[in-house]
Amino acid sequence: MRGLALGAGVLAAAWGGAATADETPKRGGTLTFVIPADAPPSFDGHREQTFATVQAFAPFYSLLIRVDPANPGSGQFVCDVCTEMPQPADGGKTYAFKIRGDVKFQDGTPMTAADVAASWNEIIFPPSGVISPRQSYFLMVDKVEAPDPTTVVFRLKFPTAAFLPALADPFAFIYKREIIDKDPHWYEKNVMGTGPFKFVEYETGQSIKGARNPDYFRKDQPYLDGFTGIFIAKQATSVDAIRSDRAAVEFRGMPPSSVDEIKSALGKDVSIQTSNWNVGSSMTFNHTKKPFDDPRVRRALSLAVDRWHGAEALSKVAIVKTVGTFAFPDSPLAPTKEELQKIAGYWPDMDKSRDEAKRLLKEAGAENLSFELLNRNVDQPYKYVGLLLIDSWRKIGVNVTQKVVPTGPYYDALRNGDFTVAVEAPGHGIVNPLLDVQKELSHSISAENNGQYEDPEAADIYNRMLRESDPQKQHQLMLEFEKRNADTQAHQPFIVWWYRTVPYHSYVKGWKIGPSHLANQDLSTVWLDK
Amino acid sequence: MYRYLISRVLLTIPTLIGAAALVFLLMRLIPGDICLVRLGSGGSSFSTDALLACHKEIGIDRPWIWQFADFLWGLARFDFGTSMWSGKPVITEIATRFPVSLEVAVLATVIAVTIAIPLGTISALRQNSWIDLAVRTFSIAGLATPAFWLGIVSILVVLDVSQVITGHPWMPPIDYVPLWQDPLRNLSIVILPAATIGYRYAAVSMRMTRSAMLEVLREDYIRTARAKGLLRRIIINRHALKNALLPVVTVIGIEFAFLIGGLVVTEQVFNLNGIGRLMVLSVQNQDYTLTQALVMLVVTIAVLSNLVVDLLYAWLDPRIALA
Repeated sequence: MRGLALGAGVLAAAWGGAATADETPKRGGTLTFVIPADAPPSFDGHREQTFATVQAFAPFYSLLIRVDPANPGSGQFVCDVCTEMPQPADGGKTYAFKIRGDVKFQDGTPMTAADVAASWNEIIFPPSGVISPRQSYFLMVDKVEAPDPTTVVFRLKFPTAAFLPALADPFAFIYKREIIDKDPHWYEKNVMGTGPFKFVEYETGQSIKGARNPDYFRKDQPYLDGFTGIFIAKQATSVDAIRSDRAAVEFRGMPPSSVDEIKSALGKDVSIQTSNWNVGSSMTFNHTKKPFDDPRVRRALSLAVDRWHGAEALSKVAIVKTVGTFAFPDSPLAPTKEELQKIAGYWPDMDKSRDEAKRLLKEAGAENLSFELLNRNVDQPYKYVGLLLIDSWRKIGVNVTQKVVPTGPYYDALRNGDFTVAVEAPGHGIVNPLLDVQKELSHSISAENNGQYEDPEAADIYNRMLRESDPQKQHQLMLEFEKRNADTQAHQPFIVWWYRTVPYHSYVKGWKIGPSHLANQDLSTVWLDK
Repeated sequence: MYRYLISRVLLTIPTLIGAAALVFLLMRLIPGDICLVRLGSGGSSFSTDALLACHKEIGIDRPWIWQFADFLWGLARFDFGTSMWSGKPVITEIATRFPVSLEVAVLATVIAVTIAIPLGTISALRQNSWIDLAVRTFSIAGLATPAFWLGIVSILVVLDVSQVITGHPWMPPIDYVPLWQDPLRNLSIVILPAATIGYRYAAVSMRMTRSAMLEVLREDYIRTARAKGLLRRIIINRHALKNALLPVVTVIGIEFAFLIGGLVVTEQVFNLNGIGRLMVLSVQNQDYTLTQALVMLVVTIAVLSNLVVDLLYAWLDPRIALA
């Protein structure tokens, strides 16, 4: 088993008793949970990117491998429909997975390696007219084959530690080959999986219901008789629903004020789990707009932001907490605090930082700089982070106005380069820093790079890091990459990482929080202590 | 009467075509399109080919004039097409939401009328008394209080009061059940939103009833009726109230049409999966077909409710029909 050994960033605090490993799960009951979103565009995990699709439909599907449900924050991956995690062959370029023989689709037909291979081929090599937004995560994959009904082989172009974590993508539902061969769009409106629950009913924008799958291959699971996911886009209504026990939990994560409200209302009947969240906040400079093409200006603006005190203050009101750069803070690839504090913008001495910022602005002839900050019309945490930036920049004499726009126009402006500086929140379903940092690569390599810059030197460091197998060397390369991107070039420096807090009724057991609200959502291990 | 009715129905046709043209044009003037929202909603990148394929798939690559012709031809056949966002027939999308909005609107109207007409009448009959003062204060408070705020507060009050009384906080169920499946559960879901909306609705109608009644009560024919020695009850019910209801009916008609598509925030507060919420989502997602159909639905309801109001006018005041 390989994977990223994350630090102890996941905590499970309990008021009234959270789940513990030695408790015997009880069978029965229906879990009602909140999906804090409006209806997802489709049911198809391969096509969609929203958590609303995963949280609503993951219980109907299996994956090839998944994060360890007993400890999703550990960075360890375990088999779902495979029998054991494979040892790489051919110098790390071939992974052969043995597939379980007892897995059935919900229509009773057996699932074979051909279904697994077909599902992965649709994700990695989508046919014409099929959208696969995570296709770029699998740039290392050359071929996916099913030489026999129980074996799936992934052949890579080059060995990389980024491969296995990418394979645990929570959107990578295993589909039935016969169906996707006939109609690759079938899964957009229909459900046919091998997961712990069978599809019962979906009311657009209202709720989704599932019932226990008696043919699920883990014979003792799931423990629940069924589940109901209710779509509630409004935070206050979610809080009221949990408070009144109309819903037991909202798995995504809540801001401190909502957590406090639930905690005080439920008293000893609430359990709370917290974790660093694999979503960061960054400031993106548009390099095509002057003076942001000048690294001195970008560096000055990064130096002005008091991340250490800002994060501490913001964590009291917003869903952010941990200071870090591009690699997820709990990952072994992330810089240590000492290493971090040597990067510009993360220096512990703010006076020194801001003096240097002023000097750089003066040197660049941008002393009386003023510009517009593009931000997304989402409170948590975009607007809070925006305020921290504006306040910080004012302290070095930079005058900034904030332009807050709805989600559609926000992404439109980012993509079209119609901004000067923007607040962004890059996030990913699985902690996989080697792929997660792709956004920081040159625009010609990564279209997700909204800063519109080219940096061949950073790309060179990245390519070496992606192919490096020694963890120590890989850490050093990541540090080099971060120094270049956050310090010397200050392309799109990070500010603070999100922090996930999930308060829920204590009778919900068997669920463990992880760094992603997308992973570990098939509900197979969840049970109710009622 | 029939001629009047036919002329009014015929007049709705240019109104509907005008509304169709307007919504079609406005939707396409908004920057971006549904494919940009769909492909890039998570901030991820996509190729131009994917964008073009998406445009082709949903048919927005064709010239506007053809799209508009398709839209009108669909309207003529009551075929609204499929939602560009969900791929489901628009009729299905609306049909699942419409009962919720209709039920809340009807219930709110019943609540409003039940409160507004008696209180407005009493207030006018007892002008400047403490009852009038109380009714006016009640109605001004209703006008000044946003329905969504009242909704949030009412949920919190219900939660807190139930916690104090039973030890467990209670709030209405959050997943809608149709009336015919479970009437009690259904009513417990819709009564609170209907009451919060109905309060504001009642406030508007109450003030209108009061002022119309005050005006009518000063008319010569009322004085004549009094001089003839008619019973006060008959004067008020048959002569005063019937005439005073003309503007009140107009207000009720306008408000009802608004309620079908305008309860955006209230629907969110009470997690009601109604037409208002669907309208906002469809505009956010730039789902042209769904937005067009929803606007046409609201316009049709507004036109129909105006028609009903006009017919009620004719019933309340026969001179209007003759004219």
